[in-house]
Amino acid sequence: MAVEAPSDGDHVYLRLEGITKSFPGVVANCGINLDVGRGEIHAVLGENGAGKSTLMKVLYGFWQPDAGTISVDGKRLDLRSPSDAIRAGIGMVFQSFMLIPAFSVAENIALTLPGSGVLLSVSAIRARLREFGSRYGLSVEADAKVWQLSVGEQQRVEIVKLLVSGARVLILDEPTSVLAPHEVTKLFEILQTLRRDGYTILFVTHKLNEVMAIADRITVLRKGGVVGTLPRAGATLPDLVDMLLGERELRAGSFERRDHEPGGRAVLELHDLSVRSDRGRTGLARVSLRVCAGEIVGVAGVTGNGQTELGEAILGLRRPAGGRVVLDGVDVTRRSTAAILAQGVACIPEDPLRMGVAPGLTIAENMVLDERARYMPFGGLLTDWRAIRREIELRVENFGIAIPRLSVPVGTLSGGNVQRLLLLRALARKPRLLVAFYPTRGLDIAATRMAQELLMVSRNGGAATLLISEDLDELFALSDRLVVLSRGAVAGSFRPGEVETVDVGLLMTGAAKRHEWQASPASSIPGS
Amino acid sequence: MASVARLVDSRVLIPLRLLGLTALAFVAVGAFLLLFGRNPIEAYGVIFKGAFGSGYGLSEVVVRAIPLMLCAVATAIPARMGLLNVGGEGQLHGGAMAATWGALTLGALPRGALLPGLVILGLLGGAAAAFVPAFLRWAAGVNETISTLLLNYVIVLLVEYMVRGPWKDPMSYNWPFTPEFPESARLSFYWGTRIHAGLWFALVAITLFYLALRRTRWGYEIRVIGDNPDAAARAGIPLGRYVLLTMCVGGALAGLAGMAEVCAIQSRLRPGISTGFGYTGFLVSWLALHHPLGIVVMALLLGVLSVGGDMVQISLGLPYATVNIIMALIFFVVLGGRFRKSRSG
Ligand SMILES: Nc1ncnc2c1ncn2[C@@H]1O[C@H](COP(=O)(O)OP(=O)(O)O)[C@@H](O)[C@H]1O
Ligand SMILES: [Mg+2]
Repeated sequence: MAVEAPSDGDHVYLRLEGITKSFPGVVANCGINLDVGRGEIHAVLGENGAGKSTLMKVLYGFWQPDAGTISVDGKRLDLRSPSDAIRAGIGMVFQSFMLIPAFSVAENIALTLPGSGVLLSVSAIRARLREFGSRYGLSVEADAKVWQLSVGEQQRVEIVKLLVSGARVLILDEPTSVLAPHEVTKLFEILQTLRRDGYTILFVTHKLNEVMAIADRITVLRKGGVVGTLPRAGATLPDLVDMLLGERELRAGSFERRDHEPGGRAVLELHDLSVRSDRGRTGLARVSLRVCAGEIVGVAGVTGNGQTELGEAILGLRRPAGGRVVLDGVDVTRRSTAAILAQGVACIPEDPLRMGVAPGLTIAENMVLDERARYMPFGGLLTDWRAIRREIELRVENFGIAIPRLSVPVGTLSGGNVQRLLLLRALARKPRLLVAFYPTRGLDIAATRMAQELLMVSRNGGAATLLISEDLDELFALSDRLVVLSRGAVAGSFRPGEVETVDVGLLMTGAAKRHEWQASPASSIPGS
Repeated sequence: MASVARLVDSRVLIPLRLLGLTALAFVAVGAFLLLFGRNPIEAYGVIFKGAFGSGYGLSEVVVRAIPLMLCAVATAIPARMGLLNVGGEGQLHGGAMAATWGALTLGALPRGALLPGLVILGLLGGAAAAFVPAFLRWAAGVNETISTLLLNYVIVLLVEYMVRGPWKDPMSYNWPFTPEFPESARLSFYWGTRIHAGLWFALVAITLFYLALRRTRWGYEIRVIGDNPDAAARAGIPLGRYVLLTMCVGGALAGLAGMAEVCAIQSRLRPGISTGFGYTGFLVSWLALHHPLGIVVMALLLGVLSVGGDMVQISLGLPYATVNIIMALIFFVVLGGRFRKSRSG
């Protein structure tokens, strides 16, 4: 598809000039200029903390800038609240969705409209839903309850919500961070159709390949300022990396992988593990696998194919319907979570904010959550918070997390920072077994590298790691062995060197049949 | 953006906001009184003169604040982990019954042995009353709000039965109450007022609550559960055990309030030993946002209203319900203010 990039001021539709916004202790945006043409997909690219979300929230009227102006079509806007922005035709989908799970799709949309409930009946909304659904491939069932929807579908609801409210400028803040690969493809198709109809789209991301796939023009932010804006046609990956990271040098990308059989003993063994799931979700069907000390076993699969249940069964959060979980030779199938954790199991959960932290408690308080007995001796009477803070500060500093103070609630941190803290917390325990869900999700390039390196260090130190991810590149780079999980069953098991990413991708999505893989000698499970 | 609001809502802003909302409620009640042709200034004057106008009024404020503080802590402890204990009233009566049994059957013991025993019985009685809904919640997921509320009626009726039946004073000319407790079962009064040793129970309970919450692993784990039960479960915190623990400890403290009422104020068990202390204590806890110091302040404030209510009744001919309306409005306005805040953004 030919791309028309508005290259001069004549075509500027949306203009942000000199936007400055600071928070106590940080200047999140510093004199930012951004010109966006009508009907273009404009990528806003930047590492975590670059100020992307802040800039978008200023444009959405959520924050008032300390300085700077916003104009649309040459008309100056004075946005005092999101409702002003919506009135001006600007809508935003936040990183975390703002839907009410117990309400239906139509009700959720009715709720957020200006003059909602009174002016627009649910049946009228249903008609609009159908219209937008067929035109933009945004099909969602109007009467489905939001909690029944997948993340991708919820995102579509958010987008429809904007369209129904009459937005012409759509801001999507890291829309792909929550999506599985095939959902990303779908989203991109939707965005392209929207562009064709003249919608202007601000696409916020820190992922280079997405930018190259979808953007017409790219603006790169770094440390609260604009590094530059360039048309996609004139951008190359190395250029963008340089712009993103500035002077910082990237470390070498590949890790030494051991070709020899990991010598360690089996730490985790699953024998024919079956788990019933909550209604409508895939459980586990007779899954067997084995993770040895000093080994990373990657579990590839599209989210929702039993990963959650796998983690919960290992951690003792969900009673298996059949089979056994064995840790270091001890059957822990019926043990409590506390007992299992005490055996040296650590977990980086799939939804860090919801499963891993207490958002209202401080960073320091959250960092001791996994090791309460060690940090809080004698019922907590002898807790030395000062020493704890010093220890955490040191670790946080080494990992390069920019955090104001350890006494702020974790809920105020960005998703990427929460993820980093959880990684640190899990690895600080030097676990025997680490169950890591999407350990680099939401992290930028530099942090991803560092996280992967930490995982390798932990592996080389003898930890058994179960790495659950959708990112095939990551799985191939880190895993000693790979298992594909599809519809709750193991669809294949092999060494990364033996197969191509594409084939695993097909297996993940159920496009390839499983028997093709069972011919492979390495697929005997558990272990050899 | 609740997270941002949390940052902004510093220690200063929350009390200010509460004070403002409370004032708003008073204005609303004033308007209500005007509507019925009464002078609100005069009514408030009577309330505050009743409470602050004399040493007696002041002491009565404290007397009423005692069970309110204990019942508020009974609400606050489970509330910190997200449980709604509306059963303070029943737990108070449970404690009162247990203490009464002790006073009537162990009366021969010397005071130094009997009183500590009655304290323990009061605690146990309240804990037992809370154990039932806690157990149902833990074992069968029964909503504790409903079960604690319903159990209140059961326990209060049980008290009625006991004082009209097995425990009835044979010398009472058919009045429904137990015989008077022996001297050795009575708590001390101080300063020639009705302020009794229950005050120390309440203050010690609140202090321990504060310290436990901030300084112990229990308190830490309770706060984690209250903030995010999923994360707590994943960290191996036994949620079920904490349901039992917080509900029973809370119930025990409400039971202690009941013990103090029968062993100090009434010196016997009778119907109506509590003028809704359990419910008002619930209100106190929520007004204080389950904060220990806030509980002391709010218990005293509602103590003022309660004493003032008597005066309104006597000198203005207004029903005591006026005070209930004020309390309800404060509750309404404050909680409304809270929910509005947590919804915005
Ligand atoms: N509400 C806030 N309060 C304080 N600091 C904030 C707030 N929101 C963002 N920041 C800070 O502003 C900077 C930019 O954040 P953000 O715009 O979220 O970055 P990005 O979206 O590019 O990851 C970060 O240092 C972040 O910590
Ligand atoms: Mg962001």
